Amino acid sequence: MTTTAQAERPAVRKNPPGTARGPRRRTGRIHRVGLPYLLLLPALLLELLVHLVPMVIGIVMSFKELTQFYIRDWGAAPWSALDNYTVSVDFDAPVGEALLHSFLVTIAFTLLSVGLCWLIGTAAAVFLQDAFRGRGLLRALFLVPYALPVYAAVITWVFMFQHDNGLVNHVLHDQLGLTDKPSFWLIGDNSFIALLTVSVWKGWPFAFLIVMAGLQNIPGELYEAAALDGAGVWQQLRRITLPSLRPVNQVLVLVLFLWTFNDFNTPFVLFGRTAPEAADLISVHIYQASFVTWNFGTGSAMSVLLLLFLLLVTGGYLALTSRGRRKAS
Amino acid sequence: MRSIRAAAAGAVTLSLALAATACGGGSATGGGSNDSPKTLTYWASNQGASIEVDKKVLQPELDKFEKQTGIKVKLEVVPWSDLLNRILTATTSGQGPDVLNIGNTWSASLQATGALLPWDAENFGKIGGRDRFVDSALGSTGAQGKDPAAVPLYSMSYALYYNKKLFADAGISKPPATWDELVADGKKLSKDGKWGLGMEGSNPSENIHHAFVFAKQHGADFFTADGKADFTGDGTVAAVKQYVDLMAKDKVIAPGNAEYAQNQSVSDFAKGKTAMLLWQSASANLESQGMSKDDYGIAPVPVQSGTPGTGKQVNSMVAGINLAVFKNTDNTDGAAKFVKFMTSDAEQKILNKAYSTIPPVRSAQADAAFATPANGVLKDTLAKSAVALPQVADESQFETAVGTAIKGLFADAAAGRPVTTGSVKAALEKAQQQMPAA
Amino acid sequence: MTTSPMAPPRSFLWSRRIFLTLLTGFVLVPVYVMVSSSLKPLADVTGKFRWLPSELTIRPYIDIWSTVPLARYFVNSLVVAGAATVCSVVIAVFAAYAVSRYDFRGKRVFTVTVLSTQMFPGILFLLPLFLIYVNIGNATGIALFGSRGGLILTYLTFSLPFSIWMLIGYFDSVPRDLDEAALVDGCGPLGALFRVVVPAAVPGIIAVAVYAFMTAWGEVLFASVMTNDTTRTLAVGLQGYSTLNDVYWNQIMAASLVVSVPVVAGFLLLQRYLVAGLTAGAVK
Repeated sequence: MTTTAQAERPAVRKNPPGTARGPRRRTGRIHRVGLPYLLLLPALLLELLVHLVPMVIGIVMSFKELTQFYIRDWGAAPWSALDNYTVSVDFDAPVGEALLHSFLVTIAFTLLSVGLCWLIGTAAAVFLQDAFRGRGLLRALFLVPYALPVYAAVITWVFMFQHDNGLVNHVLHDQLGLTDKPSFWLIGDNSFIALLTVSVWKGWPFAFLIVMAGLQNIPGELYEAAALDGAGVWQQLRRITLPSLRPVNQVLVLVLFLWTFNDFNTPFVLFGRTAPEAADLISVHIYQASFVTWNFGTGSAMSVLLLLFLLLVTGGYLALTSRGRRKAS
Repeated sequence: MRSIRAAAAGAVTLSLALAATACGGGSATGGGSNDSPKTLTYWASNQGASIEVDKKVLQPELDKFEKQTGIKVKLEVVPWSDLLNRILTATTSGQGPDVLNIGNTWSASLQATGALLPWDAENFGKIGGRDRFVDSALGSTGAQGKDPAAVPLYSMSYALYYNKKLFADAGISKPPATWDELVADGKKLSKDGKWGLGMEGSNPSENIHHAFVFAKQHGADFFTADGKADFTGDGTVAAVKQYVDLMAKDKVIAPGNAEYAQNQSVSDFAKGKTAMLLWQSASANLESQGMSKDDYGIAPVPVQSGTPGTGKQVNSMVAGINLAVFKNTDNTDGAAKFVKFMTSDAEQKILNKAYSTIPPVRSAQADAAFATPANGVLKDTLAKSAVALPQVADESQFETAVGTAIKGLFADAAAGRPVTTGSVKAALEKAQQQMPAA
Repeated sequence: MTTSPMAPPRSFLWSRRIFLTLLTGFVLVPVYVMVSSSLKPLADVTGKFRWLPSELTIRPYIDIWSTVPLARYFVNSLVVAGAATVCSVVIAVFAAYAVSRYDFRGKRVFTVTVLSTQMFPGILFLLPLFLIYVNIGNATGIALFGSRGGLILTYLTFSLPFSIWMLIGYFDSVPRDLDEAALVDGCGPLGALFRVVVPAAVPGIIAVAVYAFMTAWGEVLFASVMTNDTTRTLAVGLQGYSTLNDVYWNQIMAASLVVSVPVVAGFLLLQRYLVAGLTAGAVK
């Protein structure tokens, strides 16, 4: 990771406020130098405790043979060098093959989900840009899926996707007659569609929210000027709205990507411990590799690989998009 | 600046030190002690219709125990979906209950972690000796040749539950004794939105239990004699295929059952939507759902031909719940007393009656309450034609791998895709490759 | 608010109408299913799906409290999410203030590190974190594992990166002349933070608080491993309805609705601030 989204912001800060009052107090210097660290300390400690140190331990674990025979005293588990990794990436053997499959499923799922979330969210935000009757109501309504707790939302979808007593089959089969027999949504190949539907339903309002906020930062004069030039609504959308949203989109797409890629709650509530093959997302796959088969070493190795991949993607993405932006502007 | 950096460095070192102590391993306490002789924590599994029901059944008994011994037992009923995870985390951290229920099929797997107190002759002595327990139940308490990791608490076996009224309506006079008869009856019963048989197609454990018995009936096993996974022999493939074919080819199971994993098949049966159900000790559940004792009959699970017995005539696994003690309990004596109490004749009778299970304790089993025709079938099966699931360390992985493979096959069957010997074999092959290379 | 001076063409109006209608349907159907099913008798939800209840009943809303100890889970979730939110916001305000107003060594490292934790797969540090809590417990006697405290710590850290990042953006947009004026008036830096910057950043802080609360209210994975019977939160407790002999869909829907109402209501009430907060903070 070379640049962060935060670094992309136009820098407003010049001199720290402290410099203006340097000589005022004796303790000023210590204060000035120490204070920011003091302010950061709680956040730093918590990040260390909950994120960073566990991550280090996780990496250590990935080099151990941590099976059921050793979990009771995992310090004593034998080192396994790179075994966990070679098992994970040996794509000719079943474990690696399953991981690769799960990885590809996750990529396909994430790309589709992020794409759809972005598309729907942007469209909705653009359509709600102008004032009309019922706009406030729609805006509130559209945020409901995002506001619902994940498990409550997903469990409702589980009910709707039931084979025998669900709404989806009732509508598609009984009422519209689109399928010649009721389909299965939570097992088999359709589970991918089910997962995607739920994920988009739950995720697009976030894109909507962010794009809506982004739209408010576009100065109205731009539109007025374009209108004077005779540009219609569609042209304004293409020439002003979308380009102005670029920086927002850059962050939005990245955040959506990371959240969707790492999403555990949705597939877990939707399918339970063992996801069907067509919807075997990587987070659940790793969970199963660790907790269901009791092999925490391999599970950790898989997580580390996943982390490396995400680092790579994020770094590449940020490098690419910021270069593009610099050129464009 | 420097001092700040030093402080930051200190913070980092502190965290790393914490991490290092974490690396030192979870179980500071290797053996047990008697540091807190007045309390015990007990994790019970969810045996009744709900967790609240379990609490109602168990609490009075725990109060009795407290009155007898002065030891207060803190009860937590853990749902099945959480139980194995909770045991695993307890094992890893060394912070768990003193006494806990485990599914008896997990015995060997949990035994391998070394977290459970082995029941050697001395420990058995504290609870009245090994001989008090029925052999079949003891067969499912850990790997052969090792001291059991737990003692049997409740025993169950599979039986065929059938709806008397639906049978009479279809002109069937007696429950099927062979699979051919079951399929024939099932076809007669599967009409007008009702179905012959109910199954839990998405529940890996249920799948394993049935596949295991079918394999036995084909003279096959999922593990070789020396404990290696062997899923793809002709016998096991044929067994799994025969099981899935009940839906795929014979069509006596509603396709919707392929996504059942939360005991929906029991409630379907209780509601009269399906005419037959293969289940372990379902009476209490059925009655809690409003099905009267007279509405259903209980028969032994079918065999290929002849009558249930040993070898190829096996018709159930030894199902049940075992009671285990965590090795690092801080109340070893109290835990032993508690196990003794729970396996005493009196408690065995009370608890097994409440859960419609069979006591694994010989003397309790003799009680008249367990001599009803319903319990007779279960008791007979346990005594004569039930076999324990493989007692190998990889058992829990086996349940996941093969159980999930069968779930996938049911999904195929439900979607109308062909289930062939080839596809079954491929699925099992994949499951086998996922097993740890031992 | 930007309004185009020209009236939009018909094509735009029609696409808007169609799109918004379809989208409303997509959003509403699950909500409708949740509400209507929670008022159905059990027979309605175990048989074929029906749009309208055969009879309206509030039975599920009575039964949910006895089938599982929902009230206790509710209290647990409230305590955990509430405490995590308050702590997360306070800590994020401090950190964001430091980053926004001071130049110091390691600033970049700090922001990059904190932000990059957003991409950690939760599954990677689930078990290690659990081990750390257990060991802290063994070493110091502070019970983190299985307690609400441990969960609070975990959740507040989950929302911290996003909160800090958003507040940095928000604080940056608060003119520094304001806090310099306060400093001149004799406030210390903290005085300037609390008397000037924080009041000016209320929408951003509310947005961050809403986010933190929702994160904590909805988390499943860590809650399932780090809680026990007495500290279980709603996210895990709700699964109790489907491990029974029958799947009480009407009760599940009723319980889902009950646990959703506080968050959804709060979210909708505060959504104005949320948009304003995001506008100034995150998307600038």
